[in-house]
Amino acid sequence: MDFLTYFVNGLSLGSIYAIIALGYTMVYGIAKMLNFAHGDVLMIGSYITFVFMSQMGINPIISVLLAAICCTFIGVIIERIAYKPLRGANSLAVLITAIGVSYFLQNIALLIFGANTKSFKSIVTIPPLKLFGGQLIISSESIVTITLCIVIMLALTTFINKTKMGQAMLAVSEDRSASTLMGINVNGTIAMTFAIGSFLAAFAGVLLCSAYPTLTPTTGAMPGIKAFVAAVIGGIGSIPGAFIGGLILGVLENLSKAYISAQLSDAIVFSVLIIMLLVKPSGILGKSNIEKV
Amino acid sequence: MKKLLSVLLALTLATTLFACGQKQATNTTAETTAAATEAPQVFKVGGIGPITGGAAVYGQAVQNGIKIAIDEINANGGFNGYQVEYHFADDEHDAEKAVNAYNSLKDWGMQLLIGTTTSSPCLAVADKTVADNMFQITPSGSAVDCTANPNVFRMCFSDPDQGIASAQYIDSHNLAKKVGIIYDASDVYSTGIYEKFVQEAAGKNFEVVAEEQFTADSKTDFTTQLTKLKAANADLVFLPFYYSEAALVLNQAKQMGYAPTFFGCDGMDGILTLENFDKSLAEGLMLLTPFSADATDDLTVNFVGEYQKRHGEIPNQFAADSYDCAYALKLAIEKANVTPASSVSDICNAVKSAMTSITLKGLTGDSISWKSNGEPNKTPKAVVIKDGAYVLAN
Amino acid sequence: MDYFKLKRQKKARYNLSIYLMIVIAYAIVMFLSYQGKISSLLNGLLVPFCTYSILAVSLNLVVGISGELSLGHAGFMCVGAFTSAVFTRYMKFLGVEGLYLFIIAILIGAVTAGFAGLLIGIPVLRLKGDYLAIVTLAFGEIIKNIANAIYLGFDENGAHFSLKNTMALGLSDKGFVVIKGAQGITGTPHYSSFTAGVILLIIVVTIILNLVNSRTGRNIKALRDNLIAAESVGISATKYKLIAFTIASSMAGVAGVLYAHNLTTLTALPKNFGYNMSITILVFVVLGGMGRIRGSIIAAVVLTLLPEMLRGLSDFRMLIYSIVLIVVMIFTSAPAMKQYMEVLKNKFPIIKNLKAVTLKKFSKEGE
Repeated sequence: MDFLTYFVNGLSLGSIYAIIALGYTMVYGIAKMLNFAHGDVLMIGSYITFVFMSQMGINPIISVLLAAICCTFIGVIIERIAYKPLRGANSLAVLITAIGVSYFLQNIALLIFGANTKSFKSIVTIPPLKLFGGQLIISSESIVTITLCIVIMLALTTFINKTKMGQAMLAVSEDRSASTLMGINVNGTIAMTFAIGSFLAAFAGVLLCSAYPTLTPTTGAMPGIKAFVAAVIGGIGSIPGAFIGGLILGVLENLSKAYISAQLSDAIVFSVLIIMLLVKPSGILGKSNIEKV
Repeated sequence: MKKLLSVLLALTLATTLFACGQKQATNTTAETTAAATEAPQVFKVGGIGPITGGAAVYGQAVQNGIKIAIDEINANGGFNGYQVEYHFADDEHDAEKAVNAYNSLKDWGMQLLIGTTTSSPCLAVADKTVADNMFQITPSGSAVDCTANPNVFRMCFSDPDQGIASAQYIDSHNLAKKVGIIYDASDVYSTGIYEKFVQEAAGKNFEVVAEEQFTADSKTDFTTQLTKLKAANADLVFLPFYYSEAALVLNQAKQMGYAPTFFGCDGMDGILTLENFDKSLAEGLMLLTPFSADATDDLTVNFVGEYQKRHGEIPNQFAADSYDCAYALKLAIEKANVTPASSVSDICNAVKSAMTSITLKGLTGDSISWKSNGEPNKTPKAVVIKDGAYVLAN
Repeated sequence: MDYFKLKRQKKARYNLSIYLMIVIAYAIVMFLSYQGKISSLLNGLLVPFCTYSILAVSLNLVVGISGELSLGHAGFMCVGAFTSAVFTRYMKFLGVEGLYLFIIAILIGAVTAGFAGLLIGIPVLRLKGDYLAIVTLAFGEIIKNIANAIYLGFDENGAHFSLKNTMALGLSDKGFVVIKGAQGITGTPHYSSFTAGVILLIIVVTIILNLVNSRTGRNIKALRDNLIAAESVGISATKYKLIAFTIASSMAGVAGVLYAHNLTTLTALPKNFGYNMSITILVFVVLGGMGRIRGSIIAAVVLTLLPEMLRGLSDFRMLIYSIVLIVVMIFTSAPAMKQYMEVLKNKFPIIKNLKAVTLKKFSKEGE
């Protein structure tokens, strides 16, 4: 029974990683850049929800939606100011700019909201689910997180496959210059990708802070890195890959914490990542690129 | 030609850089010499702590706590009749940055140091202050070695003392039969308390049934650790770490339907003032702390009121410890009757010997005195949370 | 003069300029500190300058010259720092102290970190680009995680090791704990000095310059510029990339030794040995110019100094730092900016010369 508890908690944590990883993987697939600031957009989203919900007393659902809209704008603005001028530049230059943006967001949050930990009120109010006569308790946050993660994944896949914008994204990720020739607005498509990624980040932030209700300016940093790892395990650029990678990472982390060593759980997770990449360098669902002369 | 030019540029860059540093140096020396001719009329007190990055909450509290104390002291005539100037430098919770911060304060002309806030930077800085023979009092550097040098004193309890005190308290009050521990294995403070607690627990009337860890990189999900403690039937859970993580532990324990007695140390103080925290979660939580923000004595009420007025938050024990540090300096300086005209080293020697003969009535103790090894003599109060407020436990 | 001779001369002049820069900077600092005109802050920063310069130069060997993106450089620094500090701390406990121990410590740091680099490099260098980046990042985190978990002590029965706590070491009364888990190592002897740092930096620079200008170095650069073409003429990718990676790791280990013996306390925090540090070093390399040794040193010094110079801004310090980072990257790397500079250059010939100096430093092209 303990095993099931660890497993379900792992799934719940993994779902959050998965939602964050979706943002990473889409941006990587389309703009070919590692957006290290993604975890910090998540943190900003949580703070905005916190302000709307706890300080202004707005309904939780509306607060989350408002925060998601704010995050969308923030994501697009970041892309416009910091990343767009560097399109076509060395990928390392973009990586470092993203790190600069990440520091910037953390420090601006520190200045505005202070360093003190804020206690985040869960947006989920339904009671936990008790199974097997109370032996297995699944928290309501876990249920909502896992459900929402699946919904988001399905919606995103439909969006990519069924809409014109989605097809444009696929085309840009396949070949940027060819899609320009085909009349696709590449800049608009990339901006759209950032908008979607940041929108999802706000949700991930709220779910993260509902399940683990504290909020500081560095809340997004470590989940951001782990979600990135999840995206790589699943195969970066692939949406179902991000989902699977997130779940694997979450479960693995919780099980190694439970059965091997809590202190070394991160080391174990990262070792698995290394082994995994050595066996299948493109990730579980990633496409392997054949080097052409 | 281009190459030559680039060499030249590099050189000018290098020289301007060093010239910058040099200018700063000459400026400060000029200041001090100018000041020396007319005898400086102010004491210069420095503070160090992390005010950016992950540990910023502690450094900011210390910065604000000292500021309030110094403002009060200045309004009432300063140290021994001399006004006090105060500067605070950021160390980002990093030993190397802390040494940089210390050096920049030295350039400013610091004579006495209140700092640093966290243990590992404190050790690095203590190594430098002993070389300069500058008096140092740390509000919250709790690792044993922090006060190893004769010029360093501390305001908080040392980690081992807290571990021992907690084990003894649980034993003498028959709080539990089976004790489980969760601690932060990547944190100096937490591991320090944990180790001494486990050592002290041997031969006591309770048994340590589970020792679970977490690290700074995974400090959000405690369900695994709690599940294990629950399986081990621990009826008391010892939480030797800070309140922000403890709030998560309490929350997740409640979700699991696990309700042992929770027992914390001074880092737990602050849990009730966590913005938006559901206080019912902390019902029955016990902690050993020298300071509680809702005590009703005048000193605490004034300090908490002033802190709230300035910063809109309730102060935690870091703020209280650092506030007391400034007053300890005042007492020791007045006892030793030193003036700002003395050299840093002379001030240090005088203050050092005066420290052991003063008794401070402060926020964190009614009569705090110091041993010559730099350790404070004060008793922690055991408090329990009832109806969302601290109540003294008997 | 024939083409190759000209090129060789150019190279020799560039190499000389690096040594000159270091030596002149050293002479100025020594002169000033002899006169007592150097500020405490700058004095305290001298050893970090050397540490970060060595780190930047060695990472440049991997990123700039070998063309592999590594985000785990701080991990090798961590290996060097901890192994060497264990040695000197234990020697101090035995009552042995002396500068010759520092030389042994440097060798220990270099060898262990180099060995770690070799061990990691063999499987990992098969990966490319961002995958290599993520694996090296993961490796750096693993090292930090393990360094935080180790308890190591010595007594008359030899070394005791545990991943649990001090008590689990089972030391006798005469025993002594060197690494106390998260509390790290305290009381490391203070051996690092600016002179030692400068000597190490010169050695590191010499090794790299010799490597770059050797047959091995040309092979490494050929692999970077066109992997398939280079392999087709019989250059072994694994071998040469591994050489570069191992040498760079071992140099990072030396920087770690310098770091560990500059402070009395050594703990593995995210700040000093986590991915934050690896990224900071990468920033030095990219801002200094890929493959440009001199640029790396200048960038390391300037960017170490910058946050200290911003201290007057207190609360806004790190915010300003991040803005500077973004703005500098946009100004030096954005294609539009480069075009604009090109236009300016044609309008004002004087800028042409200046540009040659400044932009070269930041340009992405290597040697």
